[in-house]
Amino acid sequence: MHKTRIIKDKTAGATMLALTIFSILFVVVMFVGLYLKSVPVLEGKSLWSLLSSSEWKPIKGEFGFLPFIAGTLWVTFIAILLALPVSLFTAFYLTEYARPAVRKFVFPALDILAALPSVVYGIWGTLVIVPLISDRLAPHFVEYSSGYTMLAAGIVLGVMVIPLLVSLFIEVFSMVPRDLREASLALGATRWQTSQKVVVRKTLPGILASTVLAVSRAMGETIAVLMVCGCVMTIPKSPLDSGYPIPALIANNYGEMLSMPLYESALMFAALILFVVVFIFNLLSRIVLYRMEKRIGQ
Amino acid sequence: MIEVKNLNIHIKDAHILKDVNVTLPERQITCIIGPSGCGKTTLLRTLNRLIDSTEGVRLAGQVLVDGQDIIRSGAEITELRRRIGLVSQRPCPLPMSIFNNVAYGCRINNLCKGKELHRRVEENLRGVGLWDEVKDRLHAPAARLSIGQQQRLCLARSLAVEPDYILADEATSALDPISAKTVEDLFVKLKERYSIIMVTHTLRQALRIADHVVFMYLGEIVEQGSADQVFHHPQHELTQKYLSGAFS
Amino acid sequence: MIKHKHSLMKVSTTKKVREIIAQVLMWLSMAVVFVMVISVIWTIFSHGWKAMSWEMVSSLPGGGFYIGKEGGFLNAIVGSLYIVGASTLLGLLVSVPVVFYLNVYLKPGSKLAYAARMAFDVLFGVPSIVYGAFAFTIMIFFGLRTSLLGGIIVITLLIIPIFIRTMDEATREFPRDILDATYSLGATRWETLKVVVRQIAPGIATATLLSVGRAIGDAAAVMFTAGYTDSIPTSLSQPAATLPLAVFFQLSSPIPEVQDRAYAAALVLTIIVLVLSIAGRFITNRFSKNKV
Repeated sequence: MHKTRIIKDKTAGATMLALTIFSILFVVVMFVGLYLKSVPVLEGKSLWSLLSSSEWKPIKGEFGFLPFIAGTLWVTFIAILLALPVSLFTAFYLTEYARPAVRKFVFPALDILAALPSVVYGIWGTLVIVPLISDRLAPHFVEYSSGYTMLAAGIVLGVMVIPLLVSLFIEVFSMVPRDLREASLALGATRWQTSQKVVVRKTLPGILASTVLAVSRAMGETIAVLMVCGCVMTIPKSPLDSGYPIPALIANNYGEMLSMPLYESALMFAALILFVVVFIFNLLSRIVLYRMEKRIGQ
Repeated sequence: MIEVKNLNIHIKDAHILKDVNVTLPERQITCIIGPSGCGKTTLLRTLNRLIDSTEGVRLAGQVLVDGQDIIRSGAEITELRRRIGLVSQRPCPLPMSIFNNVAYGCRINNLCKGKELHRRVEENLRGVGLWDEVKDRLHAPAARLSIGQQQRLCLARSLAVEPDYILADEATSALDPISAKTVEDLFVKLKERYSIIMVTHTLRQALRIADHVVFMYLGEIVEQGSADQVFHHPQHELTQKYLSGAFS
Repeated sequence: MIKHKHSLMKVSTTKKVREIIAQVLMWLSMAVVFVMVISVIWTIFSHGWKAMSWEMVSSLPGGGFYIGKEGGFLNAIVGSLYIVGASTLLGLLVSVPVVFYLNVYLKPGSKLAYAARMAFDVLFGVPSIVYGAFAFTIMIFFGLRTSLLGGIIVITLLIIPIFIRTMDEATREFPRDILDATYSLGATRWETLKVVVRQIAPGIATATLLSVGRAIGDAAAVMFTAGYTDSIPTSLSQPAATLPLAVFFQLSSPIPEVQDRAYAAALVLTIIVLVLSIAGRFITNRFSKNKV
């Protein structure tokens, strides 16, 4: 009786260890799988020429990723630029000022923003943001804009990352011990001075890490961006140009890619680029956050 | 002079301070004593309104600082806090250099800058006997100082904004005996210029340095008066019991 | 030394003005959040409500989902339910043991636990389009076509990190004394499973709601793996339609009736997600109240 219990304990342990290790290995498997698929296109051209060329002619075997990389950078940059101040100030209010009553309203609102699916944001973007840009905003700057622009994608994406940023910031700000805030307040500092000079100072690495996490989230967002970015294969010169971010490229062309092996390889290389960037960004920022939690939480 | 009149504090449903009436004299060390949980710290945190950040707190009554009520709405809290310094139980250096820790209060309150600021930082670090220990590494992070040094730094930081009062919440309890003695001696020296209000739960410390004593029990003031009177001629039975060590 | 006895009413203007500006900015930021929530929800409801009818949720699209003007999107509702239901079950089956292992079998501070948590954090951050592309290559490798099975597998992989991270968080807060108490009664680590699962039940519930929300809303991964179809799949090897793709594909159709189907599908999707989110908030509130 006793022995079977021990054996049960050990077998369960071994099985769970296997599951855990397999989960970790999955990251590696994913990388290797995408890499193997990218080999054909990498053999034809050097990595640099793939990344720096803007010729995209699958039929001729020309795959230049520059327009797509530029598109991704534009939308991500605009999204973070818009979401960062809103998220920072919201997080400041919620951690440094908020009475429970305010939180009761703001948290569910953020919950909803976080829960809404990408495709719903896509509809909202097409019905609200795109017309707003083409009818109201763009005429001040350019002769004609369809509204399906980097700016539209950036705005939609910005709204989508706000809940992520706010929750990360709140987590980071809550690591600051209460004593530290009180030490500053007790010297006659206002709450804003305390937030600025003590809380931000103490959590700067965490704020940066959170922002990097949000950047990596924004870079991979597909459907919503695809619906409002315009999908034009040129390098966008301004926020009011259309563009073609990497995830949109993959999603839009997967249907045709099977007909050409090199095309498939190129699209998998696009996925590999996303994976590698997201992997590095996530790993670095998580390490920073773990360390911070340990250091401050001691 | 600080006068507390009919102060009642509720936190959520708990009645923490009950009809507190206290007078805290100037240029003396007032020790607030009593068993833990009796409301000493709450009373202290009310004097500089740090109590405001507690969730679900309600204040009623008056606290007069130099004749002005700080409980009523419209009191300038940050100015109040500049005038009433705080030294907390655990030293709490701000995440910046030694120099900037002391300069912080002057900068946020726009008191002085440039040469004047340097002079003031030096003067206050000298005041707590830290100058010679840190003058070569003023720009090192304050967190690298020893705990005892940190506590003196916090004291210097409070003094740099030229307060009239200093609140100390068991300011020596986290320190080693030698640092504790140093800090205690500093308080005795400082009472020439400042009114000091200390919360302490070591009776012996109160016996050594108090000029004026307030004894609290379960949110009420049981007895207050000069140290000599409270310690040697206690009027109240509870005070006698507490002083004889029947409970703590 | 002469001390200046300032009045407590004295106002340091710059300090005060900055504080007010900062607070105004904070209120504005929160206002932005609310305006966005209301704008998105209003857009979906106003368009979806007009298009909504009983036929929409109870019948299959007639004459092809892209061009046929008749019918609804029952195919997508059922497809989504199949995929979400199956992958949630599979996800729980994998995640609960892993979380249990990380927290009970491994010692706090274990290198393996650190590596595993890191891996799940990274996997959590991997975009669903990358999951989709990766799963697609694997499926081609094994000669599989887009199918219900493919959709279930990729969504399971997608939500496992969410499951594990959320449950892990709940487990780490759980009191160690309870574990010690069961050990001291002579229980093996495996036998504490019941106790642990019961303790973190609210955590498991929140994790499930989060995962279901993410699973039902994901479009990029199922696009590659589950495909799209007009009919309801009758076996694992047939392709399956999903709600997000019903929105995405039908919206790009030039025919207004088809676009209406997209708006109605978006409304259904939004309502489901809102209900999940409210339920999640409810559980976490109750959960934290029990804790304090």
